[in-house]
Amino acid sequence: MEDLKATPLREHHEGLKALMAPFGGWLMPIQYAGIIAEHKWCREKAALFDICHMGEFLFQGDIVADGLDDVFTFSVQNIPVGRSRYGFLLNERGGVIDDLIVFRLAQDQVMIVVNAATIDNDFAVIRSRLKEGANLTDISQRTGKLDLQGPLSREVLVELFGPEIGSIPFFKFIKTTILGVEALVSRTGYTGELGYEIFIPAHKAVELWEQLLKDPRVAPAGLGARDLLRLEVGYSLYGNDLDENTTPVAAGLRNFVNLDKEFVGKNALVEEQQRGPERVKVAFKVTSRRSPRHHYEIWREGAAVGTVTSGAFSPMLGCGIGLGFVTPDASALGTKLSIRHERVEMEAEVVELPFYTGGSLRA
Amino acid sequence: MSMYFSKEHEWVKIDGSQATVGISAHAAHELGDITFVELPQVGKTLKQFDTLAGIESVKAASDIYAPVSGKVVAVNDKLEDAPELVNESAEEEGWICRLEVANAADVSALMDAAAYAEYLKGLE
Repeated sequence: MEDLKATPLREHHEGLKALMAPFGGWLMPIQYAGIIAEHKWCREKAALFDICHMGEFLFQGDIVADGLDDVFTFSVQNIPVGRSRYGFLLNERGGVIDDLIVFRLAQDQVMIVVNAATIDNDFAVIRSRLKEGANLTDISQRTGKLDLQGPLSREVLVELFGPEIGSIPFFKFIKTTILGVEALVSRTGYTGELGYEIFIPAHKAVELWEQLLKDPRVAPAGLGARDLLRLEVGYSLYGNDLDENTTPVAAGLRNFVNLDKEFVGKNALVEEQQRGPERVKVAFKVTSRRSPRHHYEIWREGAAVGTVTSGAFSPMLGCGIGLGFVTPDASALGTKLSIRHERVEMEAEVVELPFYTGGSLRA
Repeated sequence: MSMYFSKEHEWVKIDGSQATVGISAHAAHELGDITFVELPQVGKTLKQFDTLAGIESVKAASDIYAPVSGKVVAVNDKLEDAPELVNESAEEEGWICRLEVANAADVSALMDAAAYAEYLKGLE
């Protein structure tokens, strides 16, 4: 087996008796107390996630002249300083190399936050699309990232680190001092709850983790709960719901693509939009507590129409939920589907996203 | 009443001609939060180690095999709405079904509690 990378918090996870497993080349905590208990804690209180495995790149220079503005499906130059934006890095075919968030730190400085498994490739691709000599640095190693997510996350952070954090609007961030060092606190997350992503020098991640966990409103949560939380609000998981053979048009994420600007993959998206995608993403609810799972088949009226890309039992809805890709004729809201795998068969219906609408995201 | 375990982590308690079946506490722990139990049909007849039921957790879907041959005479329908009973009390409240035992000699292919404990050590 390949050598797994570990975050600065590995020993702390092991000390908490976390179940550890490989994820995107990293040894990560999957669960501590239990996936459903951690999920519930995040929906009701404040859950702390070790997200140090994700990648961060720093760009310094002239965004337009150095070519950064044409790299992603949205304009970097148009992001106001202090705001962030979600979108995609595409290949020539319009397929998703990665989904990512760009933070506009200053007029001439941005941070790009990418998925863990794709760090090296993303860096090479972005680099290759910039002007020769442009200043792009992979700062993943020295950057720690902890996410505090849940309706109580704001009051916890305000009490610990001051009132400034309390007034950050959704998809904005501030630079502030935490534990004596400069940190970036962003009102973003992957759970559908009010929450913050905290970027701090990697050598301070342990101290921040310990300090946050001292608060009785805070409990650690693993990647198992994180996956359940993001699926309930319909967020895509790279590698499952998005990959190099899937375009944002097929994935129903057209909102994060600006066709009025240039980027690699644009022509493929325009063409696909004109002729209509061959497969489209659907969200579906199962009529029982059964869980659909990645790779299960999707059938309609006796014919195979697609494949499940994410699925789980939703504790908030009390039934199975999933995302998948199907032929367009099977994608209309209300379409009755059958999810099959070996001797398992479950009835499902195409529904709107998000599955769960009660989150504190914009509170 | 005697209790036996299979290599696939089912347990069976034999009381005269009736057998109560479930999954072991070890199996329930390994599965994590159990979210669904597919109960067998009452009246169904099974041979030893046939697929008896299905169980799903947040992590995986697995089959449950009949530890002895017999006919299903009762199911624990509490599990339909509260499958977490299997996590909370795998070897008591979280029982899955009762079988009318067809062949008492089937237990010779199973382990007693001490042998199962040894078997689990070997899996570590």
